Amino acid sequence: MQKKIDEIEKSIDEAVKDVQSSKTLQEIKMRFLGKTGEISALMKNMRDIPPEERPSMGKILNALRQWTEEKFSALEQKLKEFELKRKYAEEKIDVTLPGKSTENGAYHPNTLIKNELISVFSGMGFEVFEGPEIENDYYNFTALNTPSDHPARDMQDTFYLSNDLLLRTQTSAGQIRVMENKKPPIKILSPGKVYRSDDDATHSPMFSQMEGLVVDKGITLCDLKGMLDEFARKIFGDNVKTRLRPSYFPFTEPSVEVDVSCFECGGKGCRLCKGTGWIEVLGAGMVNRHVLAGCGVDPDIYSGFAFGMGIERIAMLKYGINNMKLLFEGDVRFLKQFKG
Amino acid sequence: MKAPLSWLKDYVDIDVTAEELQAKLFSCGFEVEELIDTGKDISGVVVGEVIECTPLEGTHLSVCKVDCGDKGIFQICCGADNVKKGIKAPCALVGATVYATAKDHVTIEGVMTIKKGKLRGVESEGMLCSGIELGLNEDLYEGAGYCGLLLLPSDSANGADVKPIVGLDDYVFDIGVTANRPDCQSILGIAREVAAVLGKKLKEPDYSYKAVKGKYENIKISDLAPDICPRYIGHYVTGVKCAPSPAWLKKRLALCGLRSIGNIVDITNFILLELGQPMHAFDLRTICGREIVVRRANKGEKIITLDENEFELNSENLVICDSEKPVALAGVMGGLNSEIKEDTSEVLFEAAKFARDNVRKTARALGQHTDSSALFEKGVNEYTTKMAMDRALHLIEELNCGTVTDLHIDVTTPYSRTECKKMKVSVSQINALLGIEIAAKDMVKILKNLNFKTVLNGGDLEITVPDYREDIDGYPDIAEEIIRFYGYDNIKSTFLPSASITNGGFTEEQKAEQKLKDCLVSKGLYEISSYSFYSSKDLDMLHFAPDAKERNAIRILNPISEDLSIMRTTLAPSMVGVIVRNLRRGNMAGKLFEISKIYLANELPIQSFPKEKPVIAIGIWGKYDFFDLKGITESIAENLNTEFEYEPCEKPFLHPGITARILCDGAEVGYLGMLSPEISEELALERFAYVAEIDYEELTKHAKPFRYVPISKFAEATRDLALTCDISVRCAEIEKEIYSACKYVTDVKLFDVYIGSQVESGKKSMAFKITFTPKDEPIETKIDGFVKKILNNLKYKLNIDLR
Repeated sequence: MQKKIDEIEKSIDEAVKDVQSSKTLQEIKMRFLGKTGEISALMKNMRDIPPEERPSMGKILNALRQWTEEKFSALEQKLKEFELKRKYAEEKIDVTLPGKSTENGAYHPNTLIKNELISVFSGMGFEVFEGPEIENDYYNFTALNTPSDHPARDMQDTFYLSNDLLLRTQTSAGQIRVMENKKPPIKILSPGKVYRSDDDATHSPMFSQMEGLVVDKGITLCDLKGMLDEFARKIFGDNVKTRLRPSYFPFTEPSVEVDVSCFECGGKGCRLCKGTGWIEVLGAGMVNRHVLAGCGVDPDIYSGFAFGMGIERIAMLKYGINNMKLLFEGDVRFLKQFKG
Repeated sequence: MKAPLSWLKDYVDIDVTAEELQAKLFSCGFEVEELIDTGKDISGVVVGEVIECTPLEGTHLSVCKVDCGDKGIFQICCGADNVKKGIKAPCALVGATVYATAKDHVTIEGVMTIKKGKLRGVESEGMLCSGIELGLNEDLYEGAGYCGLLLLPSDSANGADVKPIVGLDDYVFDIGVTANRPDCQSILGIAREVAAVLGKKLKEPDYSYKAVKGKYENIKISDLAPDICPRYIGHYVTGVKCAPSPAWLKKRLALCGLRSIGNIVDITNFILLELGQPMHAFDLRTICGREIVVRRANKGEKIITLDENEFELNSENLVICDSEKPVALAGVMGGLNSEIKEDTSEVLFEAAKFARDNVRKTARALGQHTDSSALFEKGVNEYTTKMAMDRALHLIEELNCGTVTDLHIDVTTPYSRTECKKMKVSVSQINALLGIEIAAKDMVKILKNLNFKTVLNGGDLEITVPDYREDIDGYPDIAEEIIRFYGYDNIKSTFLPSASITNGGFTEEQKAEQKLKDCLVSKGLYEISSYSFYSSKDLDMLHFAPDAKERNAIRILNPISEDLSIMRTTLAPSMVGVIVRNLRRGNMAGKLFEISKIYLANELPIQSFPKEKPVIAIGIWGKYDFFDLKGITESIAENLNTEFEYEPCEKPFLHPGITARILCDGAEVGYLGMLSPEISEELALERFAYVAEIDYEELTKHAKPFRYVPISKFAEATRDLALTCDISVRCAEIEKEIYSACKYVTDVKLFDVYIGSQVESGKKSMAFKITFTPKDEPIETKIDGFVKKILNNLKYKLNIDLR
């Protein structure tokens, strides 16, 4: 019997010597440990052994089985690792090949700036209102304290569609519509397209503005400055300051031109700020009393401020775009750059 | 507005540099757009006295010894015909810069640096200069127009810098004046601001004159259009001696860019610059009936203006007439028939106020824009009208070119405004608007500097506004005057301490639009922004029929050009235009979208607010095809939680077989398709292009609110079916049939189409993946039954077989 056992052990050793795959190993394992396998056959033969020898014989056979099982299990483990390594080696790819994900598009720079501005101001309690682009003389001029003989009408060359209807020259027109329909407190932003008969590298017959309006009790010029400081920091950077200087718009009094300290050079003077350290970004002022009164808002109770900026101008400053035309041409080489 | 520093100094004792003054003006609201240094290109030119002058034989040259005082004595070769011993002329030393002139000695061709050189073998250490080489002309400096040497006064010190002597040390401020300050469209107006900002006293010009009494034949002036001519002043000057103007007057005009014409006309131009009041002088000989009538022109009436242009007028135009005919186009230009001639001996001076919008309309309608019309359009005040006449008469006396009579006709009308505005404003009101505390005494001081008579009475300022400040209207204007001199730097930042809290942000519609843009960008589309106007040629480009509804576009009455003359009624031409531009620039593929408005008139020409309708346009070209575009429109439907159906349709600019209309809940919302090969060829496009347009406003009406549906406990099941059908059967028909055959079908997706040898001819094979979603119980066991039913229906209704 012992001889038989030795033979089995030997033949196991022989059989697994050159095994390369788990599958072959499994077959060999079945040859010995399967239901009809050689070791199982020996186990079955226990019936033919005299009962007194059975316990010792059983022990020997069990030891054989255990030895065999351990042997196979160790081999299986080893083969598995080997096979995995081979599989990994086979599957190795060039990780520098290009990715397959679909290409992203991009928002127009105007949309990027518009959304950035809206997020800054909506955090301060501003609602967004978009008025019509085709306005009448009243909303675009008269209600904004610019009667027909006013020289300020010449400040903006207007496209007329009829005697009375025109393409709005300023988003301020929308402010009147808001004030007519809403009682203070008012905090609105009106973004949108505006039109002026002007066409060169820095002017386009169509461009976009963002107008802001606050009307409430006790609003001061200092509040305007405070809000614009916040805007300048959020849009152009933490260290950017604002400067007010006198200007004129028919619908505000006092009126100011607002400069921000140059975010490129920090105010030392560079090409962007033409050596002055300051960049003009918007016009603003305290809402003219006539404008408030015309909209049914009592100027003795309420005051307010308004500001307006060109979205393209902010975009051009922020991204360093040197020609306004690029914004309207739709050249994909230009648009692609605004993915980030 | 051009203001020479030397001229401003007549009225204000300016003790700061030009650059400092520029900064001060900027701080009080007058941006100096350009500070012109009149002698910026000239350096190293000194007074030189020719102490020896020997002609160089065989040439036109003279060899001179030039005494330049402490700079030394130099040998200089000179070709000028007026060089001779004893004269003093500008001498450009070695290293100096002057203007180089062409062979004609007149045309300036840039700046040159003087080097030591040899002329015909003779050493020359510098150059004697003409006025032109210093950038001067006859009006700027007498004798400078001559193309020989500029002769300097004999008392000039040898070696002294010539710039102060010839006036090249001056600066001209080109100032941007805001529309509310027409009073500053003049040297005096700017001088007033300069005085205020420097805290100096203003020296008013001399307005005095002595009228010579006499028995003069009367001149009658009638104003028949007082609404557009509220004030008209005439004054009679006799014994006029027309002559050239003195050098100082010519120089003043020249510095501001005006040419000298003769003393009488120059006086009116001088007043225009100095006070901002356009004036006119009529030769009284030509004025019939010694009568001036201010009236609206009769329709068809004609006038020839001083520049010899003839205009036909109408009642919108204001004319100055004599008893018979128009003699001037009011506020714009005088008539040729009454112009001042060399032998003019009697003059009627006119100083008037004409309504700004009337002058503007006339100047625009006739295309006749003058310095005079520009000032009237901005606004002239009557105080200045009166002062201007006085000043002109003073100058007549000063130039001794006529006898100022006492025949003075001042026509005031009910429209005339001669009283000073008086107002009472409270100190606290001003501080409340500004948000800072400015002491009352500081306010008073600032206002007084600006010539506002101001008395502090308790908490109130009692103010008399200067006559010329028609812009001052209420306390905010006073607040502005105060803060622009008190300094905007003193405005602190506060953050609405007294305002109510408001809830901001986007409206639901704006959020939805943003969400849609997010979706399109994530699908790889770039957003564009194109002009809201185009040309009817753009509609021609897309073969729109003459009676197509897209042709009912709103016209711009005054377009910048014909290319941008109608408001768009469809975005397709703009999108195709952008694709064309991209392809021509070598961008061979791309995916673009735009959400913009189209403008639909209720009637044409428009009389009422038109409909402004937001529309989505999509354009793709290059490596993409119809189904890429349809994939995008499908995403739009998904984004709005709705579904689109597609039906074949035709558009004038799209391929008739590759175009579909888009339906949503049965309503047409848009179309998509391939740009017709015919148009592609006309536009020489190297790639196929596909365009879609969806009425965004209509579409939003079909957006479905999002609602959560509980998921089933049981797994979904799918089956793939390969079907054979007639080639004409459309995918959508099959999908619809599959859905209607079984209520458990939740998704049908086509994944393969095959036409070829493996199927009967005239047939195609289409493979679908069908998803069945269980409800309250598992359905796996029922699916074979469902499939059988689906196949039966397909066979019965569409003659479709399982492949």
